[in-house]
Amino acid sequence: MEWLNTFIKSYPVFLKGMWLTFELTAVAIFIGIFIGLFFAFLKISNIKILEWIADTYIFLIRGTPLVVQIFVFYYGLTSLNISQFLAVVLGLAFHNGAYIAEIFRGTIQSIDKGQMEAARSLGMNLKLTYRRIILPQALRRAMAPLGNQFIIALKDSSLAAFIGMYELFNVATTYGSNTFDYMTYLLVVAVYYLFLVLVFSILVRYVEKRLAVSD
Amino acid sequence: MGKSVMIKVEKLNKTFGDLHVLKDIDMTVNESDVVCVIGASGSGKSTLLRCLNFLEVKDSGTIYIGGEKVERETHDLNEIRTRVGMVFQHFHLFPHMTVIENIMEAPINVKKIPKDQAYKEAKGLLVKVGLSDKESVYPGKLSGGQKQRVAIARALAMKPDVMLFDEPTSALDPELVGEVLVTMKELALEGMTMIVVTHEIGFAKEVANGVVYMHDGRIVEVGHPKKIFEQPTEQRTKDFLDSVL
Repeated sequence: MEWLNTFIKSYPVFLKGMWLTFELTAVAIFIGIFIGLFFAFLKISNIKILEWIADTYIFLIRGTPLVVQIFVFYYGLTSLNISQFLAVVLGLAFHNGAYIAEIFRGTIQSIDKGQMEAARSLGMNLKLTYRRIILPQALRRAMAPLGNQFIIALKDSSLAAFIGMYELFNVATTYGSNTFDYMTYLLVVAVYYLFLVLVFSILVRYVEKRLAVSD
Repeated sequence: MGKSVMIKVEKLNKTFGDLHVLKDIDMTVNESDVVCVIGASGSGKSTLLRCLNFLEVKDSGTIYIGGEKVERETHDLNEIRTRVGMVFQHFHLFPHMTVIENIMEAPINVKKIPKDQAYKEAKGLLVKVGLSDKESVYPGKLSGGQKQRVAIARALAMKPDVMLFDEPTSALDPELVGEVLVTMKELALEGMTMIVVTHEIGFAKEVANGVVYMHDGRIVEVGHPKKIFEQPTEQRTKDFLDSVL
């Protein structure tokens, strides 16, 4: 029961850490969605140079560890007087953006090409067709893999600890090293992560359900 | 005579790689004509129709819509397409929109018609195709025949001058073909100009006033259905009709 005691006693600090983890993840995902959408459109643009830009971006992100990317963004951006928080958020956003781009590209391309033809045959221009016909359907299909990516992003945000962000994981290791009781605090922090992931999953499932009414 | 020319095609050619799918197609369709295009699969019927709506890029030749020579480079194809309705073999209704939303989508967003007016017109079209009770149903809940009738209503909502039908009944269960053909026949009787790619010889006989037989990318024979079906001049037309009748 000592574990439970520790859990209860430490909750104010862990809640703060959890809030920071949540903030980091939420803002990173929000920005990441736009980055992903942008690069997905580059990839399906049929314009060689734009495709090449998107491919290079995705190659660089997928080919290097996130922790390296976070350090690059951290040292790169803080030297430009950009806050530590924003630097980490942008690092996470660009990291997840690459994966989200591939999710969007896949789901956009999975929409039957008859949808495009039907819309165009009604006189809808390309932009209108994407906005009204293709994207709403692609977004629906993207929800499940996006939800998965969000959960990965949430857990990946723990790497922000390496540049001193006082988020969940950092709280746990700090307390662990102060008390020489790593295991207890790691188990405590696991509970917080599980809780966050659960909340995210429920949220994603709710949105998925709301969007699926038509099917 | 005295009817104006609605669609005219001159020396239309189309290739897919090495495949020459349309070879020097010449065709004229007058106002209120109902022209059925028949022929074996792979003969280029659908490609011809898709060229008329500029869903395919032609290699060479000229297409006139309503007397106007239309070129990809000089014309707003979106505007042209609002005048040429198209119905597809596989319906292609928008699955994330209800039946009425499917019909209202283009009038509201392309023609900028006020919502209440678009709604009124869409309801009228649903009555016309016999689906007034399906207004707020999603396409996934409809039968094939109902889907195709909604697709026809959706195309009609733009008040096109011509309607193109690309094998509108080929994807339907046999018992659902009739309801779609009835809707199309009513449309023909109202004087709509129609080009119908079809395997429904009965429909062609009864409704069309022109039949085009295509084979291997060429128009082999053109004429009144009576003539084509009863006394075809070309041997290839005879062979085809023997195989389908």
